[in-house]
Amino acid sequence: MSALTELSARALADGVRKGEFTARAVADAHLARVAAVDPKVQAFLKVLGAEAMAAAEAVDAKRAAGKPLGSLAGVPVALKDNICLTGAQTSCASRILEGYAAPYDATVTERLKAADAVILGKTNMDEFAMGSSTENSAYFPTRNPWDLERVPGGSSGGSAAAVAAGMAPLALGSDTGGSIRQPGALCGIVGLKPTYGAVSRYGLVAFASSLDQIGPLARSADDAALALSVIGGHDPKDSTSLPGPARDYLAESAGDLKGLRLGLPREYLESGLEPDMRRALDASLDALKARGAVVRDVGMPHTRYALSVYYIIAPSEASSNLSRFDGVRFGPRKTGPGGSLLELYEESRGAGFGPEVKRRIMLGAYALSSGYYDAYYLKAQKVRTLIKADFDAAFGEVDLLVTPTTPGPAFRFGEKTDDPLQMYLSDVFTLPCNLAGVGGVSVPAGLSASGLPLGVQFMARSGEDHLLVRAARAVEEAGLFKGAPAL
Amino acid sequence: MSLGAEAVRKVARLARLKLSDAELTRFAGQMDRVLEHMADLAALDTEKVQPTAHALGLTNVLRPDVPAPETDRERILANAPEREGPYVKVPKVIE
Repeated sequence: MSALTELSARALADGVRKGEFTARAVADAHLARVAAVDPKVQAFLKVLGAEAMAAAEAVDAKRAAGKPLGSLAGVPVALKDNICLTGAQTSCASRILEGYAAPYDATVTERLKAADAVILGKTNMDEFAMGSSTENSAYFPTRNPWDLERVPGGSSGGSAAAVAAGMAPLALGSDTGGSIRQPGALCGIVGLKPTYGAVSRYGLVAFASSLDQIGPLARSADDAALALSVIGGHDPKDSTSLPGPARDYLAESAGDLKGLRLGLPREYLESGLEPDMRRALDASLDALKARGAVVRDVGMPHTRYALSVYYIIAPSEASSNLSRFDGVRFGPRKTGPGGSLLELYEESRGAGFGPEVKRRIMLGAYALSSGYYDAYYLKAQKVRTLIKADFDAAFGEVDLLVTPTTPGPAFRFGEKTDDPLQMYLSDVFTLPCNLAGVGGVSVPAGLSASGLPLGVQFMARSGEDHLLVRAARAVEEAGLFKGAPAL
Repeated sequence: MSLGAEAVRKVARLARLKLSDAELTRFAGQMDRVLEHMADLAALDTEKVQPTAHALGLTNVLRPDVPAPETDRERILANAPEREGPYVKVPKVIE
């Protein structure tokens, strides 16, 4: 790794603004790192080398012309391939969007560009963000930089691996049930899912609209806060975007933990936590207490139902959202022998979607179908109310919830692919957060006996994402997690 | 409960998905396992509970209707599998 690829996003932007190095040199160093390690890691579906160099040169020209530079001046950013970037592929790692070039920028993309960031490329993911290992990409799996025989987590596995491997200091992902936090934990970086509505989803290919949220992956809590400050704030193009201007999460997260009340939900610890994970959690709790936080047990009795609720609601919304992929306006079109429109739909979708996407569309269509709607979809929405009420009650007693991010470290390729339910269970700690619409962050908190990263998760009240940053920073400062992947 | 291949075939038809026989059999078994897990919800009394569609309190979100530059039509049409002039070409819909 060259020195520039080891710097934080914040230091890179400072350096570019002050003229210590050029944006061009920064982009060059990161593209060289991509060329050196991505053949092994396979984080990127598409590297935008020429575009990145041109964007970097534009930043340098802006500085030379004496114009002020944005808060991500010259900072390379990797975008998950479900986020639109004009003219670049946005495939969602699916065959059904093969060759699709986004006709417009997502709002987050627009804001990154306005802050003078340099978009480095589009990262691999589980197809349509459905999965927890990036093995569901229709193109190739991404490997965990810490152990190339293991998964990086998912669905934002490419974004997490790119940041962990030093190919980009920052990446954006999307999190519907843990897809930023879980790969963040498995790759040893910070992954932050903001409060539902805190970041615009205009230009994010929808998976489950009542749960999806865009957020940053970074090597530090500060960098995640910096990115969130750029991409957050109201957007008139997204009717689910919260009112209010962009916030400065770096400034708001300043301060210590004195008197901060942390809740440890008993129900998260009942099911099998691997011993290494338990040790990492306990060490984090000790560090937080030493910094003045108060830790107490809380009860969230409906936690055990979150998996069922999630795997009814998310597939139901997906079956509706993904009906737009029908071979008519974009993507490969396949026709049947009769030449009918119905055949065109069935053939294009049958050939274009991978197995997990088909499975979830089917589950959703079933849960929404006549005769089953009340028993599945409506029931799940009602239990979602109870899960949300658990959060409301807990946040009446404490300021933050702290849990493991995952039951254990990164698993091996193929370990969970035959049994969808086993794969779904790897998100058991991250799903409830999305159902409640609150923000959550995973921060590295130690290494397993076999040298793999482990993460702890914090969740805060809606709109209090700055507290997530503050708590994550405190865990970082405790120094429980050290090292970098050897590549 | 068990879905069976016929029910799975019906759902696939509803979802406009062409599935092979092998996929039908595999999905039937896997969906059974997942639905079995979801049976845990039935034990909860939710008669007096209101459903949550959305965690956000916002309703009827409006913005001023002001003309603004639209997405470049050429970029949209460039993605179409078939086009004719400024239109996306589709098979005959009305017999």
